[in-house]
Amino acid sequence: MQPTPLRPAPARTEPVGLRKGAVDLLAFARRRLSGDYTVDEFGFDQELTDTLLLPPLRALYQKWFRVEVSGIENLPAEGGALIVSNHSGTLPIDALMTAVAVHDNHPQQRYLRMLGADLVFQVPMLGALARKSGQTLACNPDAEQLLRSGELVGVWPEGFKGVGKPFTDRYKLQRFGRGGFVSAALRTGVPIIPCSIVGAEEIYPKIGDVKALARLFGLPYFPITPFFPLLGPLGAIPLPSKWHIRFGEPVKTDGYAEDAQDDPMLVFTLTDQVRETIQQTLYRMLDQRGNPFFG
Amino acid sequence: MTPKVVLVTGVGGYLGGHLAARLAANPEIHRVLGVDTTAPNRDVARTLGRAEFVRADIRNPLIAKVITSAEVDTVVHASLAAHPPGPSRRSAVKEMNVIGAMQLLAACQRAPSVRRLVVKSTAAVYGAGARSPAVFTEDDAPRDISSSGYAKDAVEVEGYVRGFARRRPDIDVTVIRLTNLIGPRVDTVLTRYFSLPVVPTVLGYDARIQLLHSEDALAVLERAATHPVPGVFNAGGDGVLMLSQAIRRAGRLQLPVPRSAMPSAGRLLRGARLVDFSPDHVRYLNHGRVLDTTRLRAVFGFTPRWTTRQAFDDFVHGSGLRPIVDPALLAGLERGLTGTRT
Repeated sequence: MQPTPLRPAPARTEPVGLRKGAVDLLAFARRRLSGDYTVDEFGFDQELTDTLLLPPLRALYQKWFRVEVSGIENLPAEGGALIVSNHSGTLPIDALMTAVAVHDNHPQQRYLRMLGADLVFQVPMLGALARKSGQTLACNPDAEQLLRSGELVGVWPEGFKGVGKPFTDRYKLQRFGRGGFVSAALRTGVPIIPCSIVGAEEIYPKIGDVKALARLFGLPYFPITPFFPLLGPLGAIPLPSKWHIRFGEPVKTDGYAEDAQDDPMLVFTLTDQVRETIQQTLYRMLDQRGNPFFG
Repeated sequence: MTPKVVLVTGVGGYLGGHLAARLAANPEIHRVLGVDTTAPNRDVARTLGRAEFVRADIRNPLIAKVITSAEVDTVVHASLAAHPPGPSRRSAVKEMNVIGAMQLLAACQRAPSVRRLVVKSTAAVYGAGARSPAVFTEDDAPRDISSSGYAKDAVEVEGYVRGFARRRPDIDVTVIRLTNLIGPRVDTVLTRYFSLPVVPTVLGYDARIQLLHSEDALAVLERAATHPVPGVFNAGGDGVLMLSQAIRRAGRLQLPVPRSAMPSAGRLLRGARLVDFSPDHVRYLNHGRVLDTTRLRAVFGFTPRWTTRQAFDDFVHGSGLRPIVDPALLAGLERGLTGTRT
């Protein structure tokens, strides 16, 4: 029998691979269960977004829609900016994909703070989840507060008119609200970044609308697509179209007079300019696109 | 300029009582009168010092005599009950809130000695709902409040105060809208709520809550009485806790209840004389409410010492809540599972 040689205690090594994953996950679970995390005043929960909300969206983004992004250099490295985008797809999945596109492509991994309709915040579960993922109500006070604190804010001014338009009207921009987003940008002096999304129109081609059901459920529309409600829950799977997201040249808003937001003509002009930019970019991108599903 | 004679209403309550005691400790103030229908409890009465307790009902015109005979120059109206901690008779509270404020304002309007009025109001005037902005500034109008709740009382009282300020422009009127108070010694609807072993919440909703430590609330009211800055000011701690997060920090168990079952759960808790669940309060627990306090810091010149999280932790530790879910246990479990020893 040989005596066990004296060995120095093994140095504590940082866990790697699967084990590191398990350690991180347990630490995450402990922090969640003891309430040891921070949310901002809009309810944005960065830890939850990073750990639980972004990964499934990222899978959809990379594997299902195979999103291609261009013009990320048009987003500022820091400070506030307002990303204005076209809206489509019957369900607002385009907004979520834009958030992933901004976070995963931006060198600083910035979060997109989305402005949502009040309907989102009325629905149980969805409303709470929306707040935790950084969304807030589309209203001027909230938008200006976020922009002033230097956040990247995303807005879809077409609202339900855009996301719920029939398939025959695809890639035709609807009215851009009342230009509230322009006055928010003017008041805070942040650039407006026009964003054009191609591919989202094809995920749920809306070929019909049951007004009576929409009224019954208090929804803006009740869509009929080629597979919904025909195939039931299977019909809720989005079609795997190939997406392109393009962030355009920023439109500066800080060169105007102090009370520029009170000049309706300027607000209308800027609104039209942003809308026209997005529409022309959409037509150009559509020209370059081949098959909607293979790109 | 420091006030000479201060009258504080609602000294039977936590804020009024302690505020009168703080003002009485200020040697530059000659006289402090505390008014209420019920005497302060023994703990408060001990600290009152030279503050005089006057048993009077502010709904009674007699209050005018108290103000004029003592030549009161500063009136602090701290008796507005916006969040009664437990079940109470709604009609009695409403009468106290609204008629009391009207009578007090009528008395102040007639009193030539009054130079300054401080009104303790509540953040509940903003309401809470899916259509409200996430962060309220002082200029936001009330919306989404129930037509018969305590928040409505506060909205009406603030309306009368605005009318009063128009009729007596020579008086500095300061309105402080306090967010929900928390602290180890204060008894509010939220402290009772978080002390329940199993805390009912509405399924599918998670509110953002902003809290103000009771000591900060006293400090801000004291400053309003001694350093007048006319205007309306939001007062709340920095930062936000989610309702679910606060329940976990307190080591309580969360019980999500479907919205349709909430009225029954509320009745049950009311019946057990535990917590009052008014419709306004349930709406607050659904959507939450956060106030912008920029004006409090920049114009009024007050920064709360406790953040929302610190105030809440102080409440949890100071009131001796025994956690049902122990954080040390969770940490131990984590160490056991990962095999690390520290």
